Amino acid sequence: MIKLPEPIDQVVANLLKAANTKLPPDIGWAMEAAAGWESDPTARTQLGAIMDNVKKAEVLGRPMCQDTGIPTFFVRGRFDASIRGEIIKGLIRATETVPLRPNTVDPLTRKNAGDNLGKGMPPIHYLPTDDDFVEIAVLIKGAGSENMTRLAMLNPSDGIEGVKRFVVDSVLEAGGRPCPPGVIGIGIGGTAEDCVAMSKEALMIPLDTENGDPMLKELEEELFIKLNGSGLGPMGLGGATTSLGVRIKTAYCHTASLPVAVSIGCWATRRAVARITGTAVEYGQGADR
Amino acid sequence: MIELRAPLTEKAVRGLKIGDTVYLTGDAITGRDEMHMRAVECSRQGKAVPEGLVGSVLYHSGPIVIKDGDKWKAVAAGPTTSARMDSLEPEMIRRFGIRAIIGKGGMSKETGDAMREAGCVYLAAVGGTAVSLAESIVEVIGVEWEDLGMAEAMWRFRLDKMGPLIVAMDAGGGSLYENVRSRLVR
Repeated sequence: MIKLPEPIDQVVANLLKAANTKLPPDIGWAMEAAAGWESDPTARTQLGAIMDNVKKAEVLGRPMCQDTGIPTFFVRGRFDASIRGEIIKGLIRATETVPLRPNTVDPLTRKNAGDNLGKGMPPIHYLPTDDDFVEIAVLIKGAGSENMTRLAMLNPSDGIEGVKRFVVDSVLEAGGRPCPPGVIGIGIGGTAEDCVAMSKEALMIPLDTENGDPMLKELEEELFIKLNGSGLGPMGLGGATTSLGVRIKTAYCHTASLPVAVSIGCWATRRAVARITGTAVEYGQGADR
Repeated sequence: MIELRAPLTEKAVRGLKIGDTVYLTGDAITGRDEMHMRAVECSRQGKAVPEGLVGSVLYHSGPIVIKDGDKWKAVAAGPTTSARMDSLEPEMIRRFGIRAIIGKGGMSKETGDAMREAGCVYLAAVGGTAVSLAESIVEVIGVEWEDLGMAEAMWRFRLDKMGPLIVAMDAGGGSLYENVRSRLVR
């Protein structure tokens, strides 16, 4: 959808509304495909309830999940220092109008900020480029899935088998807590903090695009089949639908390290993207970079 | 499909078996981490706890609630991850005679033991289905401990056929999570 230029804070509020009320189409398609192959009655009941909820949220314009999470922003392209302020303004507006649940608290006193702000909030990842646009992407996932994030600093000798084992163990140990079936975002390589960031950014990649690296594509497919053959199922109550897709991002790492991070996205892995040029704003629900 | 009506009797609760799908009508309260801490603290100190807690259906949920005129209205109210409440739940069940817990992801064996002892079931709501579940909340009867914030306060809801809810831990010690976990293929 392309719209005429709007103030950036309004674009951000639009993104938050879209992400919270409309499931990305690729995730919806993956869910429908899963409902087609699933034979476990409890799993089928739950997939049906999820799809019913998705439709209601979209029609009523309400957040599909009450945990509207902590929105994580990814900004890339040509922008200046004012963009942080614009994002904050948009978030304040969306918190009131969508509405979003006030989720941010001081980590120790647990005092709620009331407006989804507070020190360090919201998280924004910046990537300045020479492009003639600025792209603002937002990822929303609740604490149920965020709390299941895992990082392992494996030994290089653990190799690709070690990576697979860590991913499968992380997903199965998380069980029903991150609201499966969801998207499994994996970061391999980088430094510790970059590895976790890659695993989260992998959740922004639509499920209906192919990984350009043949080895990673194969690894994504192998893990997808393995996870769905585990029997964990929707909400950890059994079935053949544990994951809707696996996405991997990699970076070079230290010769003595093999970092692996797993970010589990719930079935409601919510995302929205706006690409802003001088003349138009183009909205979408996924970003692959 | 089974239709349950709260307040629940011990007999009704003990009749439920893992894998049953139920729809619940009647009153329920919400409670998450902070509510559990405060309720247990009050009870330990011999202070009164809010009406509706004893013998209740306890919903692990931090809803989005808006003021609609002078009434509250739940717009999104799905379950939260129950495992966070495991450290206090056995005490909650024993002190307040909680008859049913609605949540997601399941709870520990210690909580399961308290459930078996006191006659309580764990009903798994489908995580994230916040709009559908909020539609079954026909009335917000009240809110207690509002100072804990929207997500952590104790909301009192009147439900009409909330579901589907899956009996995932029963009062006989059965756990669907445990059954699934023991058969996982790695």
